[in-house]
Amino acid sequence: MRPRSGSPLVIGLLPLAFLAAFFVYPLAALFVEGFRFGPDEIGGVFSRSRFWRTAWFTVWQAVVSTAVTLLISLPLSAVVGRYRFRGRSVLLALVTVPFVLPTVVVASAFLASLERLGLADRFGNSAAVIIAAHVFFNVAVVVRTVGGYWRGLDDRPEQAARVLGAGPIAAFRHVTLPRLRPAILAATSIILLFTMTSFGVVLLLGGPRRGTLETEIYRFALNRTDFGTAAVLAIVQLVAVLGLLVVNSWLARRLTQRERRGATARPRPRGRQWLGIAAAVVPVMVFLTVPMSALVERSFRSGGSYSWANYRALTDRPPLLPVDGVTALSNSVRFAVAAMAIAVGVGVAASVVIASSSRAAHLRPSRAERAMGWVLDVGLLLPLGTSAVTLGFGFLVALDEPVDLRPTWIIIALAQSLIGVPFVVRAVVPVLRSIDGHVREAAAALGASPSVVRREIELPMARSAIGVGAVFAFAVALGEFGATSFVGRSPDRMTVPLAIGQLLGQPGQQLRGQAMALSTILMVATIVVIMIIDRNDRAGVL
Amino acid sequence: MVLRFGFLRFRFLRFVRLERRLLAPIVALVLVAAACGSQDEAQDEVSRDACTDPVQAATAIDRDVDVAGTTIRLATHGSFALSDDTLAAFTEQTGIEVEQVGAGDAGTLVSSAILTKDNPTADVLFGIDNAFLCRGLDADLFLAYESPELARVPDEFELDGGSRVTPISYGDVCANYWFNELPADPPTSLDDLVAEVNRGQFVTQDAEVSSPGFAFLLATIAKYGEDGWEDYWRKLLANDAAIAADWESAYRGDFIAGGGDRSIVMSYASSPAAEVLFADPPVDEPPTGVLFDGCFRQIEFAGILAGTDHPAAAAALIDFMLSTTYQNDIPLNMFVYPVVEDAMLPGVFVEHAALASDPLTLDPTTIEQNREDWLDQWAEIVLA
Repeated sequence: MRPRSGSPLVIGLLPLAFLAAFFVYPLAALFVEGFRFGPDEIGGVFSRSRFWRTAWFTVWQAVVSTAVTLLISLPLSAVVGRYRFRGRSVLLALVTVPFVLPTVVVASAFLASLERLGLADRFGNSAAVIIAAHVFFNVAVVVRTVGGYWRGLDDRPEQAARVLGAGPIAAFRHVTLPRLRPAILAATSIILLFTMTSFGVVLLLGGPRRGTLETEIYRFALNRTDFGTAAVLAIVQLVAVLGLLVVNSWLARRLTQRERRGATARPRPRGRQWLGIAAAVVPVMVFLTVPMSALVERSFRSGGSYSWANYRALTDRPPLLPVDGVTALSNSVRFAVAAMAIAVGVGVAASVVIASSSRAAHLRPSRAERAMGWVLDVGLLLPLGTSAVTLGFGFLVALDEPVDLRPTWIIIALAQSLIGVPFVVRAVVPVLRSIDGHVREAAAALGASPSVVRREIELPMARSAIGVGAVFAFAVALGEFGATSFVGRSPDRMTVPLAIGQLLGQPGQQLRGQAMALSTILMVATIVVIMIIDRNDRAGVL
Repeated sequence: MVLRFGFLRFRFLRFVRLERRLLAPIVALVLVAAACGSQDEAQDEVSRDACTDPVQAATAIDRDVDVAGTTIRLATHGSFALSDDTLAAFTEQTGIEVEQVGAGDAGTLVSSAILTKDNPTADVLFGIDNAFLCRGLDADLFLAYESPELARVPDEFELDGGSRVTPISYGDVCANYWFNELPADPPTSLDDLVAEVNRGQFVTQDAEVSSPGFAFLLATIAKYGEDGWEDYWRKLLANDAAIAADWESAYRGDFIAGGGDRSIVMSYASSPAAEVLFADPPVDEPPTGVLFDGCFRQIEFAGILAGTDHPAAAAALIDFMLSTTYQNDIPLNMFVYPVVEDAMLPGVFVEHAALASDPLTLDPTTIEQNREDWLDQWAEIVLA
């Protein structure tokens, strides 16, 4: 039987082609053409004590970072998910800002904070700093994924539990927490991948003594030009990530149940609830905003007093940069918007397939549908868990034919969207999966075709989740440094993170001030764009 | 609870059996890739005494072609910068447009060039230095080209006997110190860095990651010899020297200039000039000084990438890189020195930058042959 248009098999072709062309093919080409290895390299890697230490530290720091992030972000997610109050959207935008800050800026902010608090000797180059920085970056993943999901939950089951005599804690433990599991799992998987392959934070804050597989690949591939060893390490990393994703995909299918989603009006907090909210919000916000405000403060310091001098300098072409700050910012935003558009297109299509392939047996997703759903579910997350060096080199080796994409800016948007897709998929799939089957069946009974059901019912219900995914895809592209640094620094390709890196690359306080001004502009631009995207949410299901 | 756990495990086992079918092809693919790799291994071996020896008689580049209207690409590292009108002058003279690609560090530049050798992303590469030179030469990255402008360049910079790379700029990697925060008199030799009085004062960079970090490792090997450098590093670490990842985190993190509390940092002999030029508020004298003992000399080269479709235009760009227009523009943009003898140094360089009178160097072939071992030994000392 030929698949009908609008069937998951047809929709799945787009993300499948994307995955094949921009992930599988570049990696395969790299391993065939450049990253060659034989038994010597394999033996060499596994016999080094350094490898085992690195592998252990990779897993250890990822698990601890993820656990700490979850612990401190869940209360914040509750606040965002359950209440409606002034400043909520600012709060949501603020937690997302760390995501776009270039690692070099965050790392120096962390180092400077440690120095100022006199803790540098105790915590400099320690695992604790790495974990703190990972938490700083990832709070947003939990707050937005879990908080957003929470917001769309109909809270009648909780009310029923309360009426039946459950206290608030029991109702949370036995009713809400199980219902949140899909979102928590999605956030966990993203953060685990992110921290397992985090590069800049580990390299800059960990120093030579704290390496992960990701930094080892960098060391061997770039500075030793030992491609064989880098290849073995990259494969170890890929296999580990694949294992993680397989388990995750399986768990996610088991744990999701149909949910009643709908427009539950979220109350404004009253009286003592404010205390609880303050307790959840204030410590996290202090932790997030101290490094950020140190950066803003530095950006205004010039000539021994405070002024706009560093900002004014950016409107002309500052020394050492091929363009002025405004051009760099517009380049950055252009690439990030393109990357976001690709990520949303690919991610939503994939989410539809993944969600429908895991539907209950009586809805009969075919064998082919299930296989495609599984491949997309695991495959599209892999890039997030693949080392940036491997991906960057893969692009360089592979994307020269039939059209040489390498000198174009499209390659930057493609590389960035590859990292953005997982965020869209992880935000949208749990929502699509949880849509109550009755709604779909009712529409079908009234004569709606599957594609109408999708367009008129599923996607509108998933709209806020798509927004969440879009925000991350945008933010992650805006702050992205690795892939960009491989491909371009012509004036039309100079992005803000690249410019910041270049300004910080020579001595002089003036350059530092200008770099901080650029970082501040990046932060403000992020907050504005995120608030615009979030605004669309208001009329939606929330 | 127990029941549910058992249920999960049961489902998981069934799932594993199911997915094994999918994992098997992946494992097979990995193995095939591995096998492909080991076959070709032998061909990569190059048997030459020194990598800088000429491989074969160079085929001359035909300069008698019309290059006007071509666009060529220049692959560089992230520290590359020029004034606006410099490349514009080249386009005006020759009709050749230049696009820049790449923004990683020197290691990224060389590795990318090796991986894309068959279909390079650029026509000319600038930024391979003496520490990486043999990597590029052994991989046959470059076409031989002897620029007529080389007559104006002192012989000491022409390291490649086969003329595959052309020296463009050079500089010295030296320790810098912050005058006002030094615990004692300014250090005068590398030995002072291991003295008790400078405990906890020095920060250098990761030799496996950073170009100045690797240069300092080479400097200690050149100065203390194969038998002495490891001992020096052990003393350095025992004296609480810090190792930052890269130049940025050392200079702008641990060093006083960046708000840190260490007063001696591995940087460049020209760094004080940048401290004056980019000072805020303006200053007459730099706050930093240079330790001229134990400086390692870095020479940066340009070369025509072997896969280029525009060898004549690429050669024109190499010639232009040795012109006074280009050479005079180097110091204030990249804070290194021009190689041609008739270049003019800007005032701030004359006053506040300097070169070591007796810089340390190592032969590129020696560096290449020992790099792995040295880095392994270095890592072992640092990780201990």
